[in-house]
Amino acid sequence: MTQALLAADGLVAGYSKPVIGPLSFSLQAGDVLGLWGANGSGKSTLLRAIAGNARIFKGALKQKPGLTISWQMQQPVRLDEMPLNGHDYLRYARANHQPPPDRLQPWLDQRIDTLSGGQFQLLAVWAMLGGNADLVMLDEPTNNLDPDGEQLLTEILHFEQGRRTVLLVSHEREFLEKSCNRIYRIDA
Amino acid sequence: MNWDVLFDPLFWTPFITGFLLAVILPVLGVLLRLKDEWLAALGLAHLAGASGLVGLAVGIPVVLGAPLGALAGALIKSFGRFCGNTIYALMILIGWAATLLIAANTTLGSAMGHALVEGQLYFADNTHLVSAYIYALSSILLLQWMAPVLVSARLFPGHAFSLHHSVRKWHIGFNLLVALGMALGTGTLGLMAAFALVFIPAWVAFRLASRWRVCLAIGTGIGLISYILAFAIALILDQPFGPTLVAVLIMQAIMALIFWPAPTQQPKSPTSSV
Repeated sequence: MTQALLAADGLVAGYSKPVIGPLSFSLQAGDVLGLWGANGSGKSTLLRAIAGNARIFKGALKQKPGLTISWQMQQPVRLDEMPLNGHDYLRYARANHQPPPDRLQPWLDQRIDTLSGGQFQLLAVWAMLGGNADLVMLDEPTNNLDPDGEQLLTEILHFEQGRRTVLLVSHEREFLEKSCNRIYRIDA
Repeated sequence: MNWDVLFDPLFWTPFITGFLLAVILPVLGVLLRLKDEWLAALGLAHLAGASGLVGLAVGIPVVLGAPLGALAGALIKSFGRFCGNTIYALMILIGWAATLLIAANTTLGSAMGHALVEGQLYFADNTHLVSAYIYALSSILLLQWMAPVLVSARLFPGHAFSLHHSVRKWHIGFNLLVALGMALGTGTLGLMAAFALVFIPAWVAFRLASRWRVCLAIGTGIGLISYILAFAIALILDQPFGPTLVAVLIMQAIMALIFWPAPTQQPKSPTSSV
């Protein structure tokens, strides 16, 4: 049996006090695992704990040695003025592992701040997926997406099953069911 | 008008000293604007001015005294826990009060206080030139590594958290680089002129550039062209250099914004069109 990239065993995490847990789950290479739960259930805190940015109170969180992670936070950084085009954006994200999907190509020559909210969101997701990190963590990637954008994101994530390991946080159950090969429910 | 003064070897050292700073300061300005920390330049310039005057009071040349205050400001900025622009506003106020109080209470300080505000580029000597040369060369070399890390950390903070890479050392290094640049700029070009070289080219470049490299090129270009024009105008018309440079930068900015169309902006509404 191959070693899990990530394994939580009775994990309780938070900041000054516990926010989430106890949780037990594991993540194998090629998994697209959805973390589903209501707003405020601590999904984002779990991602922070995995990234080493939240406190672990109890339990264990084991990572494969040398694990590299790309993490898109709930609100990707979008400045009022961004004098970078899509190529610049992906270059600084080191998203050069694979070419972007065709539907993203027309946006690459545009300045980031001229893209619509949905276009920027999809580019920001690809900035994570296009790199070579072992694990990609996406926090509420459907923010700002209309049904067409959500469909494109679902197709991208579905395509990544078995190829990339993705931890996907969302409160939209239907989106997770379409995009992930496993769903883990987190209760508040 | 005396055009011959442009070719007087007496002004070569000041010209090259300012030119070297005019290459680097706009680049720092672009990075500061991306980090939303452009006000830091003004805060550090005020601290540099104040410490330059304190140095004079104890016999230390401005070119050596000014960096001490700016570096202290950079360290406080790096290690202090201040939100938003609070620390920069405090730097401006502390530097302003200290500069005027020292100027009011010492004879030399009064003259030098005016010189720091107006710019004393024409008095730049070999010490200033060597300092500017070493600083410019070091900055060009360091920014090759520093700039991509800083841009990446600004746009993708999740990378910095999750890859266990410490970008803190790069932020501290950049803060020190800005502090030294503002100290040298304040000691030669003048306080407001140094700040204007950081602020105005970057402001215009952010409005007009279609991509990042173009942004850096526009910023550097505006800074250099403005510097050369201001140097010539101030010499020919016998004007103080600092205010002349600021005026030329503002004129260049207005012309660039009028005659160079900005990329079309779309509202950042939640709705998307994919």
